[in-house]
Amino acid sequence: MPTRRPDDPSFDLEMKRTVTIEVKQLDRVVIRFAGDSGDGMQLTGDRFTAETASFGNDLSTLPNFPAEIRAPAGTLPGVSSFQLHFADHDILTPGDAPDVLIAMNPAALKANLKDVPRGATLIVDTADFTARNLKRIGYDENPLETGELDAYHLIPLNLTGMTVESVKEFGLTRKDASRAKNMYALGLVSWLFQRPVESTITFLETKFAGKPDIRDANIAAFRAGYNFGETAEEFSVRYEVKPASMAAGTYRNISGNLALAYGLVAGAQRAGLPLVLGAYPITPASDVLHELSKLKRFNVTTVQAEDEIAGIGAALGASFGGALGVTTSSGPGISLKSETIGLGVMLELPLVICDIQRAGPSTGMPTKTEQADLLQVMFGRNGEAPLPVLAAQSPADCFAIAVEAARIAITYRTPVIVLSDGYLANGSEPWQIPVVADLPAIDPNFTLEPNATNDKGEPTYLPYLRDPETLARAWAVPGTAGLDHRIGGLEKEDKTGNISYDPANHDLMIRTRQAKVDGVDVPPIEVDDPDGTAKVLVLGWGSTYGPIGAGVRRVRTVGGKIAHAHLRHLNPFPENLGDVLRSYDKVLVPEMNLGQLAMLLRAKYLVDVVSYAQVRGMPLGAAELAEVIGNLVEETEGIDDDARHMGEAAASLTHGEALHTQPNGRTNGHTNGQLHHPEGAR
Amino acid sequence: MSTVDLGLPSLPGGLRGVPAATEPQNRKEYVSDQEVRWCPGCGDYAVLAAFQGFLPELGIKRENVAMVSGIGCSSRFPYYLSTYGMHSIHGRAPAIATGLAVARPDLSVWVVTGDGDALSIGGNHLIHTLRRNVNLKILLFNNRIYGLTKGQYSPTSEPGKVTKSTPMGSVDNPFNPVSLALGAEATFVARTVDSDRKHLTSVLRAAAEHRGTAFVEIYQNCPIFNDNAFEAFKDPETRDDAIIPLVHGEPIRFGTDGHLGVVRDGFASLAVREVAELPGGEADLVVHDAHTEDPAYAFALSRLTDAGVLHRAPIGVFRSVERPAYDDLVRQQITTAQETQGTGDLQALVTGADTWTIN
Repeated sequence: MPTRRPDDPSFDLEMKRTVTIEVKQLDRVVIRFAGDSGDGMQLTGDRFTAETASFGNDLSTLPNFPAEIRAPAGTLPGVSSFQLHFADHDILTPGDAPDVLIAMNPAALKANLKDVPRGATLIVDTADFTARNLKRIGYDENPLETGELDAYHLIPLNLTGMTVESVKEFGLTRKDASRAKNMYALGLVSWLFQRPVESTITFLETKFAGKPDIRDANIAAFRAGYNFGETAEEFSVRYEVKPASMAAGTYRNISGNLALAYGLVAGAQRAGLPLVLGAYPITPASDVLHELSKLKRFNVTTVQAEDEIAGIGAALGASFGGALGVTTSSGPGISLKSETIGLGVMLELPLVICDIQRAGPSTGMPTKTEQADLLQVMFGRNGEAPLPVLAAQSPADCFAIAVEAARIAITYRTPVIVLSDGYLANGSEPWQIPVVADLPAIDPNFTLEPNATNDKGEPTYLPYLRDPETLARAWAVPGTAGLDHRIGGLEKEDKTGNISYDPANHDLMIRTRQAKVDGVDVPPIEVDDPDGTAKVLVLGWGSTYGPIGAGVRRVRTVGGKIAHAHLRHLNPFPENLGDVLRSYDKVLVPEMNLGQLAMLLRAKYLVDVVSYAQVRGMPLGAAELAEVIGNLVEETEGIDDDARHMGEAAASLTHGEALHTQPNGRTNGHTNGQLHHPEGAR
Repeated sequence: MSTVDLGLPSLPGGLRGVPAATEPQNRKEYVSDQEVRWCPGCGDYAVLAAFQGFLPELGIKRENVAMVSGIGCSSRFPYYLSTYGMHSIHGRAPAIATGLAVARPDLSVWVVTGDGDALSIGGNHLIHTLRRNVNLKILLFNNRIYGLTKGQYSPTSEPGKVTKSTPMGSVDNPFNPVSLALGAEATFVARTVDSDRKHLTSVLRAAAEHRGTAFVEIYQNCPIFNDNAFEAFKDPETRDDAIIPLVHGEPIRFGTDGHLGVVRDGFASLAVREVAELPGGEADLVVHDAHTEDPAYAFALSRLTDAGVLHRAPIGVFRSVERPAYDDLVRQQITTAQETQGTGDLQALVTGADTWTIN
């Protein structure tokens, strides 16, 4: 067996080409890899992302795949894709439309072409463009030959054939050999965009360490793809996207689910508590279970329970025992957990419940994103059962939001909901790595001694005696001598926690639990309103942060005055939110649901917010938001319908996300740009 | 407390890790200040009294006892014990107790449940707790009726039972709780009767000493909605022929003057026969071995229980075998991870391997 291993990762080549290669500077590129579910497109995207991150571009990713693990090969439902937006400046979204599409088969081309603007580059693997395959997906003729793709920069290549040729020395079957075609494509695209390739070589060496043939074939295919770009006449241009100028610091790339897992561990560690996760696998939350199960050395216990109810039950039982109980799920699982969440509200024990939202109702579209569980987590329990609700705004923000959830849960002895979604969970972005020692310490403040005196003058323990500031109840854990007590789902008497059916006591306890949640300390909402003259505020929550921010930049680029604010705390709302809403003529609330936050804001503040609602299972687009925002700005200015142009102008910008006025300053968990509190300025 | 000799050498370890009491305890210390609110004559009183009397003899710190219950009459149990306790929600006590047991190896964790709580709404958690063999003790009070909701048939009610929800008689086939537990390969399975305090206490002790999940079915009379469901086991006229006593190492022989016995009968099943009619006499009887690895033996024993109205059933420890407890294994993995990888460095974790620095 030949063992020509690419020990030298520097890709020194004997230059064979005769044509000089031109290098074009770009400030941003959106690239999409698409193929069959089994073609390894997610892995390819992950690797290209890692290369891009290590090069120092800002980036944002959007994996998009079917729920079926392996839908029939070559069919439209089986197409899986991975989109990456990278730039030499601060960007907020994975991009509306790809500049480059890599399609590994006819179905991938057909399924994705509608998203690709004319003029974009199509790199297409021609190997599967047979009459039979084409007919199967509704092509009567080969679109590569009919001229219907003339508006694109089409590069048809037999990637599969060249892959098989490049690995023939390893003696693999044709089927096995062709499986390395994703690495061939990655090598080619890595060449095209001048990505550093060392990390991918190292990755392949590690991943296939136990399978030398497969390892060597993948590395050979990757190198061959790279070399093909260098030598082939098809490519006369390479592109360069310079590193982004981001705030000084050390960065890594991180996905939402990984950041969430790390944040949960950080929260527990800052509180000095063991973490116990009870969870049942569910898309798109399972990766949090996977990641936490690797972290046993951090005193993290993961219980893969028999069902969603047992998952939260184990978490609550662990919290009763003095650990930080956590459960992770998605909407259908949260439905099943509702009764136990209510018990947690009644017991007043710390509990973190993560809802990685997906498109519903019912099973819905498991791998697609949505933010339609807001009202469920706010109100989806019997009785008056309030609890704090937080929402992460970007993949990296999942870390900070998890730490915040742990702080609130432990400080206030309450279940806390963390909302993420499929887009944040699987998407990734650069993250300025925090210094964990600087994260605020969390004090569990366990009760160790009797906290009251009974009628007979003896020291006693009252489990529902409250801290006057926070209204948090006393928390004595089993094993604490002299403080044994019984708690349960039945209504409790104030202070003693004994069963009580007294009408006035019930009213008091209901109002006290509500007051405790209403009084949770949350930071004021910050408004990005650069010169304080905007009449329209766009307010978002959760993963719409990126698209809204990008839409806002587009509108500003064409001269629109617009304010932007984003909610990370949805219950309680920041104290200044009402004043903020009332200080603008119009408030626009874009959501991936039918207006759930809009409903809450209208009910609480009597402000006539404008709802923009889209539920397509995909993130909102920056251009569509720019158009909506631009139109509303002009409407508010009193400009007639037919005289408006700002929305259209903002939507049609090709470089809309560039924030020319403020080229850097990414601050995780906060809005970019100048922060402004309108209640002080208007 | 005098008890019945179940013939079982105590399997050590059920209480391993739980701190020992420094002074002798008495029953009163385990009585809480809450007024007991079961109906007069309820079998729960007898179980509570036996349990309060039994806890001091475990010799563990009172604050290291944790009771977790679900919903139903029996699930009020924790309120009446001065230990740590949680009265949770319907059917979920085994799941909650699993989390508690995993988090706290220093607690003796007990689940109190009923036939509706454990076998109907909480059936899933019960079987999974048993298969995992979590170190907790499950006391299933079986009164074969729904009491707290005022008299509907339960998953252990005999077929044809006329109740408020089954005016023409129930058409459901009931669960035999012991068979179900053995089907889930529970490592400790026993049955006892509320009114036999000596036997009840002996079973509780054996359960407490078992490392892993101990499942104890307690026949418990509901005087309001299902009175005398277990009368055959209590009436001096009938009880000798009704109770098949299981004593480890002893031939299974019962009835007035021991005229009945249990013999092997066909493929993997057992039957009750007149000893006098057996060719070998007592030598033909099955000698009870609770440590039999194959649960098929204990399962065959459990099938000697009447499916309909109860006239006869085995009482005692059906099965007591050793298998690593789930929570011990979970903690062992954490220990191993910390020994091999060190206790985690959080900063190194969040930093990861691939970073870049902007100056």
